[in-house]
Amino acid sequence: MNARAGATIAFDSLVVTYPGADRAAIDGVSFDVPAGSFTVVLGPSGCGKSTLLRSVNRLVEASTGRVLLDGGDVSGGDAVALRRGIGYVIQAVGLFSHMTVAQNIAVVPGLLDWEQARIDARVDELLSLVGLEPQRYRARYPRALSGGEAQRVGVARAIAAQPRVLLMDEPFGAVDAIVRASLQDETRRIASELRTTILFVTHDVDEALRLADRIVVMRDGRVEQAGTPLELLTAPATPYVASLFGTGTAIAAEASLRDVLAAFSDGAQRLTVRDGDNVGTISFAALRQARGDNDLS
Amino acid sequence: MSYLTAHPREVAWLFVQHCALVGTALAIAFAIALPLGIFAARSARFATPLYGTLAVIYTIPSLALLAAIVRFFGLGFWPTVIALVAYAQFVLARNVAAGVRGVPYAQTDAARGLGMTSLQRLLRIELPLATPVILGGLRIAVVAMIALATLGGYVNAGGLGVLIFRGLDAQYTAETLAGSIPAALLAIAADLFFRALERRAIGSA
Repeated sequence: MNARAGATIAFDSLVVTYPGADRAAIDGVSFDVPAGSFTVVLGPSGCGKSTLLRSVNRLVEASTGRVLLDGGDVSGGDAVALRRGIGYVIQAVGLFSHMTVAQNIAVVPGLLDWEQARIDARVDELLSLVGLEPQRYRARYPRALSGGEAQRVGVARAIAAQPRVLLMDEPFGAVDAIVRASLQDETRRIASELRTTILFVTHDVDEALRLADRIVVMRDGRVEQAGTPLELLTAPATPYVASLFGTGTAIAAEASLRDVLAAFSDGAQRLTVRDGDNVGTISFAALRQARGDNDLS
Repeated sequence: MSYLTAHPREVAWLFVQHCALVGTALAIAFAIALPLGIFAARSARFATPLYGTLAVIYTIPSLALLAAIVRFFGLGFWPTVIALVAYAQFVLARNVAAGVRGVPYAQTDAARGLGMTSLQRLLRIELPLATPVILGGLRIAVVAMIALATLGGYVNAGGLGVLIFRGLDAQYTAETLAGSIPAALLAIAADLFFRALERRAIGSA
């Protein structure tokens, strides 16, 4: 995988107000997404996180403020050319139903006028990367794919032309929990191979903790807090962030069951667990789901 | 069948004329309806007055519409074609618009996000996915046009209507049937043909 270094993304006092809306969907957001990072924007539905994502590839335009890619204002050039350099994955997947898997993956390389032989080789390489056997899947139509397989193809299509930024809008929201977990693991693996900057939107705290180098918590169109998972878990800046991640004090991974139960009995829904520099959360819901694989994240 | 066996060449010639009337009108009508439908799918402000106008034309009794057109354009082939084109717009333009609007949002959003221009989106995504619905419109329109084109027999445009009206005037049932039965068979054949195309299109969309 000949990776291209990711670009930095910077939001600079970004405001987005939709026509006819009485309040801004994005209400003055500024933060930086480091090159090559896996940054997760976390927030409830309607908090503006999808709008924020779509401002990067100009599916929505800034009302005021700027979005910068490697220091250049995205609104400076041609939106179509901009989008061809940015991967885009959405919850509804949006595979083109009249095209085969291979044709779907080949869309952006085709738009960029790659030679056919290079496209064919790239399609096979990508199918292998996302864990689908090329011979079996190349010629299939999207209707013959499961939800998880479809989104793997969606990811392959998004990264086909080696974008320097990959935008993922709740990509695993529509698949069941078991498939979601394996897609999350593979996304992490692909991210470390690609070096692409990934901006990932979710409302799922566990998903954010599982994937992110950096988490940006949004609420009502504003940033509540941006930082590493450890910072958010151990030093929440606002009561809202604290309520998302549980109590501010982390318990050690070696804590006894008695400590854990005592903490839960204080009314907490979710506990922060810390093992050296690794940090995660544990919740009653997760404990109930756990099937003996003592996975605390 | 007696008239047909007695005058096979005349019936065949009028059948060809009938097909020419319908074929010409269908080609022109579709060439107009395609852009109209696409604009209507894009803009509700354009769609509402368009559908209103086309619905008014559609509700005018076809004979009255033809009479009005003959009043301005005279008798013959082209005035009949104009009437057929005007009449078919309602069904064709609406189906084009419905087909384009029916393309799942996820697919148009993905097409935009991947960097297709609006023309590429139209040609590569929206029209291919709208094809079954557009073919449905063509099927309904062509069947109606085959029936309506018989009115061409009244206004010197030729076609199978010539036999129907002449037979009615002369109270010669065999001649009327020699016009109406081939017209009915043509309509059934056209219907089956477009149904087959629709099925193929659904299979690949």
